[in-house]
Amino acid sequence: MNTVCVKAYEAPPLDLREIWRYAGACSAVEAQEQLLRECILELGDQTVYRVCYREFPVACENGAVDLGFTKVSSASLAKHLSGCRSAVVFAATVGTAIDRLITRYSAVSPSRALLFDAIGTERVEALCDVFCGELATEKQHHGLSLRSRFSPGYGDLSLSLQSEIFSVLDCPRKIGLSLGQGLLMSPTKSVTAIIGIGSSL
Amino acid sequence: MKITEFLKDHIIYLDGGMGTLLQEAGLGAGELPERWNLTHAAAVREIHRAYFDAGSHVVSCNTFGANSLKFSETELEAVIAAAVENARAAARDSVGTQQKFVALDIGPTGRMLKPLGDLDFEDAVAVFAKTVRLGVKYGVDLILIETMSDCYETKAALLAAKEESTLPVLVSCAYGADGKLMTGATPAAMVAMLEGMGADAIGVNCSLGPRALRPVVEEYLRLASVPVLLKPNAGLPRVIDGKTAYDVSPSDFADEVTELLAMGVRLAGGCCGTTPRYIEALVKRSCDIKPQPITNKNITAVSSYTHAVTFGNAPVLIGERINPTGKKRFKEALRQGDMDYILKEGIAEEEHGVHILDVNVGLPELDEPRMLTDAVCALQAVTALPLQIDTADPVAMERALRRYNGKAMINSVSGKRESMAAVFPLAKKYGGLVVALTLDEQGIPATAEGRVEIARSILAEARKYGIDKKDLVFDPLALTVSADPVAARETLRAVELIGRELGCHTSLGVSNVSFGLPAREVITASFFTLALGRGLSAAIMNPYAREMMQAYFAYRALSALDENCADYIAFAQSLPQPQAVTAPSTPSSTAVSAATELQQAVIKGRGERAAALTRTLLETEEPLTLVQREIIPALDRVGEGFEKKTVYLPQLLMSAEAAKAAFEEIKARLTCEGTAEKCAFVLATVKGDIHDIGKNIVKLLLQNYGFAVTDLGRDVAPEAIVEAVVRLHAPIAGLSALMTTTVPAMEETIRQLRAHAPWCKILVGGAVLTREYADAIGADHYARDAMEAVRYAEQIDRALRT
Repeated sequence: MNTVCVKAYEAPPLDLREIWRYAGACSAVEAQEQLLRECILELGDQTVYRVCYREFPVACENGAVDLGFTKVSSASLAKHLSGCRSAVVFAATVGTAIDRLITRYSAVSPSRALLFDAIGTERVEALCDVFCGELATEKQHHGLSLRSRFSPGYGDLSLSLQSEIFSVLDCPRKIGLSLGQGLLMSPTKSVTAIIGIGSSL
Repeated sequence: MKITEFLKDHIIYLDGGMGTLLQEAGLGAGELPERWNLTHAAAVREIHRAYFDAGSHVVSCNTFGANSLKFSETELEAVIAAAVENARAAARDSVGTQQKFVALDIGPTGRMLKPLGDLDFEDAVAVFAKTVRLGVKYGVDLILIETMSDCYETKAALLAAKEESTLPVLVSCAYGADGKLMTGATPAAMVAMLEGMGADAIGVNCSLGPRALRPVVEEYLRLASVPVLLKPNAGLPRVIDGKTAYDVSPSDFADEVTELLAMGVRLAGGCCGTTPRYIEALVKRSCDIKPQPITNKNITAVSSYTHAVTFGNAPVLIGERINPTGKKRFKEALRQGDMDYILKEGIAEEEHGVHILDVNVGLPELDEPRMLTDAVCALQAVTALPLQIDTADPVAMERALRRYNGKAMINSVSGKRESMAAVFPLAKKYGGLVVALTLDEQGIPATAEGRVEIARSILAEARKYGIDKKDLVFDPLALTVSADPVAARETLRAVELIGRELGCHTSLGVSNVSFGLPAREVITASFFTLALGRGLSAAIMNPYAREMMQAYFAYRALSALDENCADYIAFAQSLPQPQAVTAPSTPSSTAVSAATELQQAVIKGRGERAAALTRTLLETEEPLTLVQREIIPALDRVGEGFEKKTVYLPQLLMSAEAAKAAFEEIKARLTCEGTAEKCAFVLATVKGDIHDIGKNIVKLLLQNYGFAVTDLGRDVAPEAIVEAVVRLHAPIAGLSALMTTTVPAMEETIRQLRAHAPWCKILVGGAVLTREYADAIGADHYARDAMEAVRYAEQIDRALRT
């Protein structure tokens, strides 16, 4: 494949338990549930669900991985991709609205800021699940299966790989995702990852 | 011939895709296309020439990503010089006989501006300025800023183009399927800002095919008083058998774009996936289309980074509360640089339903240019409402307008020569809707006719600066009716005359009218209703006054501006229901039960209740007793629960916020006396890190426990932290870092603090830190969570006192 593909999705269903988990709570009392309901209502349909991705042939050799667009030295990624002939590199974002709400409420209500932060994390993870689910179904038809998502910063895979991923996926233009000097992504509720594709077990 | 001349009676054809064609010619993944200007000049020229041959009047140089963030200064100059020469050579070689222009192409930097990202607005302006200067040096005919997906970055690019050149500038944005930019701006918001800043043509490119972009293009045509441009993609890319193909053919593309040319688009070309064949088809298909005249749409509007507010339909409410005049607590917040207080006021006004926020932070002893700019930046990070920049200081005005993300309302100019000479050039440069007060060197005329005369002379003077009457809103000045019985009557007549005779919009600061009278809101609201009846477009008002909101909603319902009276009904239902008056009990028993209730309200996290109970209690109790006996014990109970893991973070925060609401009441009472605070605590997220939720949680709890917290924000340089610690002689500094990549910045901050502020204890926290890590980088203490930070700070504070 010689091009970056872009997909936009409808909002995946909300998983409230996950949101509470990201907010650092095992359970919630009524007042907090009310607060979460208000936050979800305020967020409304302001989130977007955008993914851009591209498939590359991969080859591993002595802990170095050739990702097709760059070579990285990472034993953990090499192990993760062992047996894979290709990998999908993707970037996913739920947009800037969540970041704006977090900033807004950081000033006046940190509890809301915390909940919006948790909602954002849940949303982007849900988006990744939807995208990977779809990809898995597609690959299944060719007798292939997906490895789990592996992101820069996991294991010994350097975070600096972000720069190469952003450049090859053209993230700013494709999905409005940009990379700052400290390799932080903006919008913050975004994920980049590599998914190995191997033969079905 | 200049392109702006040629545009007057011609449709202009732009070129099509470049990136996709370079990829076909062998450009590798991740390779910078602009480098090809030097390494593969022939291939680039061939593409340009093919576009000129196809009939393009304008070819864009291969400089989309040519900026100093991607190239060294030397290479940047070489790349742009070669790019311009490649386009010029193609124009010479082409067989086309049409007028030919070469555009400097400017795309986004690829970085997000603050506050969403880490690129400073002025740094972005500087990046674009370098590219523009080189484009001018190597002789381009015009500048095309395109594929912009963020309002603020677009402003930076246009500002740079205007400051560094006198060339015509075309500005084009990339809209998603939702009809908005990636960061949320509607077409109306962009039209208001870009026209205000003097773009020569504005429009739409990339993202989608011509049919899908049609609603956005129609919106541009409806709103824009300048020519509209369009460069759609060849539909959407599809990958078929490993090859990319776009789903709109050249002939369909030509048909669809021609329809939009017939509707009034004046410059057209293509973006991703389009080739010279698309342009050739378009030129052929549209050769009979007559260019539609460009008309002034006479739209009076301001905008934020998301939307525009238009004057003349429904009344526009401008919140007046961000203003220190007569507000002790507000002045104190300004002196302390307590930005959160200002933000809270702005958010509260928004929640009460205003459409624009007036921002006035002038105090004689403060550095107003800095304060106003900071306030504007902070407010536009937390609210999407357009701002009205309210200052008499032209320096403060310029600094704030420059940083404002949109088209601001400017408060104000008057008929005085000096005022107009100071304000109009700023309005012309940065765009803006100017509030014009109908007074001059002789003062305020007593009659409506006198004020209309001043309005006329202000209009005439504005025209000399190229400011159209749609960008002026007149304020015929509401004077105090208790001082002059005809004051209100003349103002109301002036509102009507300005609308009828000058065709201009009006705004009034209505509150003034009732000065000196009892039950002021009754008079103010009635005056507001009368003025609306005479055609008033906007009012600077107090949205917390129920009478004002009643007048507003009633007026809309009665003037056919509120379908099915839906907004009025919703408003009426939100009003507090009249309650049976509870029998007054003895003060002491009320106090006792209210006290227990206050503890409960804090524990349960009910902020409004906690504030109300505190107000009641303050009638009989000493503020500090209340803190010690009620609020702190309640906070402690929740804090202990958190440490024992029976209470979780969301509840801890809700309680802390409820306590803060109670403290606000106490603070309002104590402002002059000064509170017995604990020691100073300087807090910051270190350089490079923009995560601040954890830091804000720590701040809230520390404030609750009485620490004098100075919050320096996020992404703070080591030097700034040292400066604050030294200035305040702070015994504790708290540093937060969330990313492994920013821990070195934390270490550097600690090193500098040790060198310059050896007395200071350093507390660190954040997701990536551990106790071992904290030790390794030389911190005094590592706090696992916010409660632990409080406990450590209390320990230090106690030690200082003994």
